[in-house]
Amino acid sequence: MFTSLPGVLFDGVAYGSLLFLMSIGLSVTMGLMRFINLAHGAFAMLGGYVCVVGMARLGVPFLATLPLAFLAAAAAGAVLERALYRRLYRRGPLDQVLFSLGLTLMSVAGATYVWGSGQQPMHLPGFLLGQVRVLGVDLGIYRLFLVALVATITAALVLLVRRTRFGARLRASVDDAQASAGLGIDVTRVFSVTFALGSGLAGLGGALAIDVLGLDPTFPLKYLVYFLLVVVVGGAGSIAGTLAASLLLGLFDVSGKYYVPAAGAFVIYALMVVLLLLFPGGLRRGAR
Amino acid sequence: MSGFAAVRLPDARWHPAEVAFWVALAAAPFVFPGHLVLGSQVLITGLFALSLDLILGYAGIVSLGHAAMFGAGAYTAGLLARHGWGEPLSGLAAAAVAGAAIAWATSFIAVRGGDLTRLMVTLGIGLMLYEAANQAARVTGGVDGLSDMAVRDLLGVFPFDLAGRTAYVYSFAVLFAVFLVCRRIVRSPFGLSLRGIRDGARRMPALGSPVRRRLIAIYSVSGAIAGIAGALLAQTTQFVGLEVLGFARSADLLVMLVLGGAGWLYGGLIGAALFMVAQNQLSSMNPVYWQFWLGLLLVAMVFVARGGVVGAIGLARERILGRAAR
Repeated sequence: MFTSLPGVLFDGVAYGSLLFLMSIGLSVTMGLMRFINLAHGAFAMLGGYVCVVGMARLGVPFLATLPLAFLAAAAAGAVLERALYRRLYRRGPLDQVLFSLGLTLMSVAGATYVWGSGQQPMHLPGFLLGQVRVLGVDLGIYRLFLVALVATITAALVLLVRRTRFGARLRASVDDAQASAGLGIDVTRVFSVTFALGSGLAGLGGALAIDVLGLDPTFPLKYLVYFLLVVVVGGAGSIAGTLAASLLLGLFDVSGKYYVPAAGAFVIYALMVVLLLLFPGGLRRGAR
Repeated sequence: MSGFAAVRLPDARWHPAEVAFWVALAAAPFVFPGHLVLGSQVLITGLFALSLDLILGYAGIVSLGHAAMFGAGAYTAGLLARHGWGEPLSGLAAAAVAGAAIAWATSFIAVRGGDLTRLMVTLGIGLMLYEAANQAARVTGGVDGLSDMAVRDLLGVFPFDLAGRTAYVYSFAVLFAVFLVCRRIVRSPFGLSLRGIRDGARRMPALGSPVRRRLIAIYSVSGAIAGIAGALLAQTTQFVGLEVLGFARSADLLVMLVLGGAGWLYGGLIGAALFMVAQNQLSSMNPVYWQFWLGLLLVAMVFVARGGVVGAIGLARERILGRAAR
């Protein structure tokens, strides 16, 4: 199949937008709580299954399942944050890694138990299928929809962080949690709300990603590297950095798969190590 | 503050419990003659966990990609045996060199930065090697694995038998020899400086300790040991699969070590034994359930039993002894 360069680039952008949606929550929680959460992909997976079950068993239309996916993942995130995550903020990274790895394994086993180990089918509604021709390039309508939706959400997030009182509290807590608490900001609540919001966005991303990335119980492990990579390269806690890293990763991954399929996933891992070599301090600067 | 076993001052004497532990390992084949294959796998995995303990328990380097060195050793020994060099001990030495070389080459990026950067870099290196082995299917056999290995008799006398007798004795001897070296290392001034780095990386330079060089050194030693473990697996099973480099191997290893308790050399051995026996029992029922219980165990461990089995024993012992002394 021959695909023109602009078409490949567009696919890369669409893929990158999905990555952004799924990793922005991880980025903010890592920047805010310095919590190494390997289980973030589980929230994305939950959103994906809510979408599939809503459509196939309950007959909910695709677009209506998206808010449900967001809410389900956000609720799960809020409950887990209050019950478990919160107790580990002050622990070392090893404890956090073990805990979130355990949570991931449980989610993988749980999803296999409930929904089986196979790929879930996805039937997009008719109006999102097919392609349109824009300036001589064939673009998939669903991918256009993805990019537009993610652009809207990004704009809303930027407004939320830059223009609202909650955003100001969030930024203050990221910069210095102790001083913010001293100024009367309820940092614990900011943490909880942010964690739920980030999990919800991951759930939304997971629902949107079924058609592009597929959905099976190994999802949290399969894409773990991508999420972490986005955060490490983009700098934890930064929306712009996360967006740039997601798009870069999406472009490299898709064009790598088109033009050098023999190299497989090698392109992405090599890119990661090179980026870490070039910007070893990127992460720390972002987290401060 | 950390989940490591309490710091003990170097003591070259052998505790009776240590002697009993090794005697038990040596006697195990007579007690469980039917489980020698599993037994040698436990010993090999224990050796692998020992290599992680050196960097995690003593130097505080968190790694999610230690299988890179294990796999490098396994493929080195496997390829040598496949292409006519079937002598096991020299294969082991070559694998140690390969593991150390990979560790040394990657140590420059793996030991710097904070814990998250280390996690990511080790994870990335592990995944890269996995992909490389997958793509170089002509050399490594790709997903089909590397078979047709012709491993010669051990010392020219003992052939590797199906029951796993030679494999067990061989693995036991190598494990014990490497353990002696590790025991010596962690009780040396070098080993003590590693603990210093683990507990206070900022203060060690003030004492004149070259932190970076020390970390690179122990990382390379650990890589050599991981390479030896990989070679043992390749030689005793006469097969190298792609999963020797897999993420699951690195993650399981971390779990075993923490389960047994990091920072006391025995933690990895005990953790590997518990983990593999449990895995063997539970996953024969259903692999999915095994994964679930393992996850639950991890979560529970983080909340209630940090320091693992060895840590818990040590804590209990100290409490009892402390009370008796008073």
